[in-house]
Amino acid sequence: MNATVIRGRARRLGDDIDTDTIIQSRRKRETLDSEALSQYLLETHDPAFAASVEPGDILVAGKNFGCGSAMEVAATVVLGAGIRAVVARSFSRTYFRNAINNGLLPVTCDTAGINEGDDIEIVLDDPVRVRMVSADENRAAAPLPPIMLAILHAGGLVPYFRAHGDFVLPRNGDTP
Amino acid sequence: MMGKTISEKILSAKSGVDAHAGDLVVAAVDCVLGTDASGPMAIDYFTRMGGERLFDPARVVFALDHYAPAPTPASAALLDVTRDFVRRHGAVLYEVGDGIGHQLIVERGHARPGDLVVGADSHAVTYGALNAFATGIGSSDLAAAMISGRIWLRVPESINVVLLGALMPGVYPKDIALALCGRLGADGAAYKALEFTGDGVAGLQLEDRLVVANMAVEMGAKNGIFAADAETDAYLAGRNNAPFIAVTADAGATYADEVALDLSALPPQVARPHLVDNVVAIEAAAGETVDMVYLGTCTGGRARDFHQALAVLEAGGGPAEGVRVIVTPASSEIERELSDDGTLAAFAAMGAIVQMPGCGACCGSCGVTVGDGERVISTANRNFKGRMGNPAAKIWLASPATCAASALSGRIADPREIVT
Ligand code: SF4
Repeated sequence: MNATVIRGRARRLGDDIDTDTIIQSRRKRETLDSEALSQYLLETHDPAFAASVEPGDILVAGKNFGCGSAMEVAATVVLGAGIRAVVARSFSRTYFRNAINNGLLPVTCDTAGINEGDDIEIVLDDPVRVRMVSADENRAAAPLPPIMLAILHAGGLVPYFRAHGDFVLPRNGDTP
Repeated sequence: MMGKTISEKILSAKSGVDAHAGDLVVAAVDCVLGTDASGPMAIDYFTRMGGERLFDPARVVFALDHYAPAPTPASAALLDVTRDFVRRHGAVLYEVGDGIGHQLIVERGHARPGDLVVGADSHAVTYGALNAFATGIGSSDLAAAMISGRIWLRVPESINVVLLGALMPGVYPKDIALALCGRLGADGAAYKALEFTGDGVAGLQLEDRLVVANMAVEMGAKNGIFAADAETDAYLAGRNNAPFIAVTADAGATYADEVALDLSALPPQVARPHLVDNVVAIEAAAGETVDMVYLGTCTGGRARDFHQALAVLEAGGGPAEGVRVIVTPASSEIERELSDDGTLAAFAAMGAIVQMPGCGACCGSCGVTVGDGERVISTANRNFKGRMGNPAAKIWLASPATCAASALSGRIADPREIVT
């Protein structure tokens, strides 16, 4: 069976993009609706960014993406804008968890050389890899711990919890 | 047998397995915190997960701190979402004006040595000052913990942060935290624990340790933790009298790294806009003009912080014309103490604005607003662009004394020139 491929346009960001930059704290006091909030996505980075997003775009960042506040709207607002995946050299731990828990795919790999507008693919193979389409270059992504794979496969923490009612650590050899 | 760090020992005890760094565990939580900012979303996840009751209402705490008071009708409605949930399910509720959730967790005895406490707010790391394993989570993990009383965690490697000697006059715990941010960088401790050790710890009061632990997350750390000592016992007495077992690191514990900081040689530190790790010694920031001096937040909003700031302001003859000084106590208990000892009146007499206890303008969720192009020096923990609600403002971070010294002339200044 061919591995699932998520293909999209890279939206290039730099290092240390904090959650207040992804969505300002003052916006979420007005609504928690991710689609409504998505009009403010990354507004302090670039006020024109939100309007330029097309569904299927993929955020590509440097190190420490999602640092700062643990606010979960910083993950859901990205989904609200129609973005299904974020590729970064590294993530803050709270952002990474929140992404997985909401079904936003966080991919950790070297992002040097991926530019704004590049056509990229995330190949959900084992291991997951990121393919830069025009250069036909593949980058291996860091593997996810089994429990995160299980949550992601379930579609997020809500369906996972509905199914299990608790956290279940996969034993060695279990497939999530 | 391999020795363990404090974090490894707490997570082993809470998960019932012999856990080491890198292991995944499902651990029982002693207390969970939601705020008015993270709570409503957690309540939504709770419902969608099929949650019917809290695992233990006495161990679930909500604090209405970010919208205190609510600045808009929509945020007022969010407060009601949490109030309504607490009415139906129990849980401990701290109302608008009671203070910042993190301060209430420590001050009202919800965190003790050896505990595992998670909070849906990144500065939950603060309670590590009390020898608890404390970390920040999102609203969905909070909802899961509210239902199950459990959370999955990867046991972190620890960095041994060795604090040596004693701080010079005019230098404060905030300077320790900022110096570490500068040294380690904004992701230098990512996914790791900071374990604070060394002879310098004994000289830090519990309030001082809270400042240092609070900023562990600014280096990306999962948690920051101190051992317990007589100072910890004294702080807890009267706040939580249930017996606890303090957790120490084993002699043969393995650390991923070691960072030593000589407190006796440390000058005051300043983080420049717009990154917390953009840290310089005071000399390199001195002279920058400021319009507002912000004293408060879960980092710098305790009684000790205001006493230090006031001492500098009084010694220096008060704030310069045109400089706004904002005072926001972290809790009503602190506000009462500052009111009783005359501190608030002294600030008010200097023209300072005293706000209701809570988060205030720290992340722009309520309180005073900052104008376009304005420059702020603050006792807070973050200076991201837009952090105080206006991306056209600039924020410097420093100790309460450095903030106060800067108020004197409207220019960033070294408090050692005043405090000798
Ligand atoms: S005081 Fe500031 S950093 Fe602390 S919890 Fe409130 S908003 Fe967050």
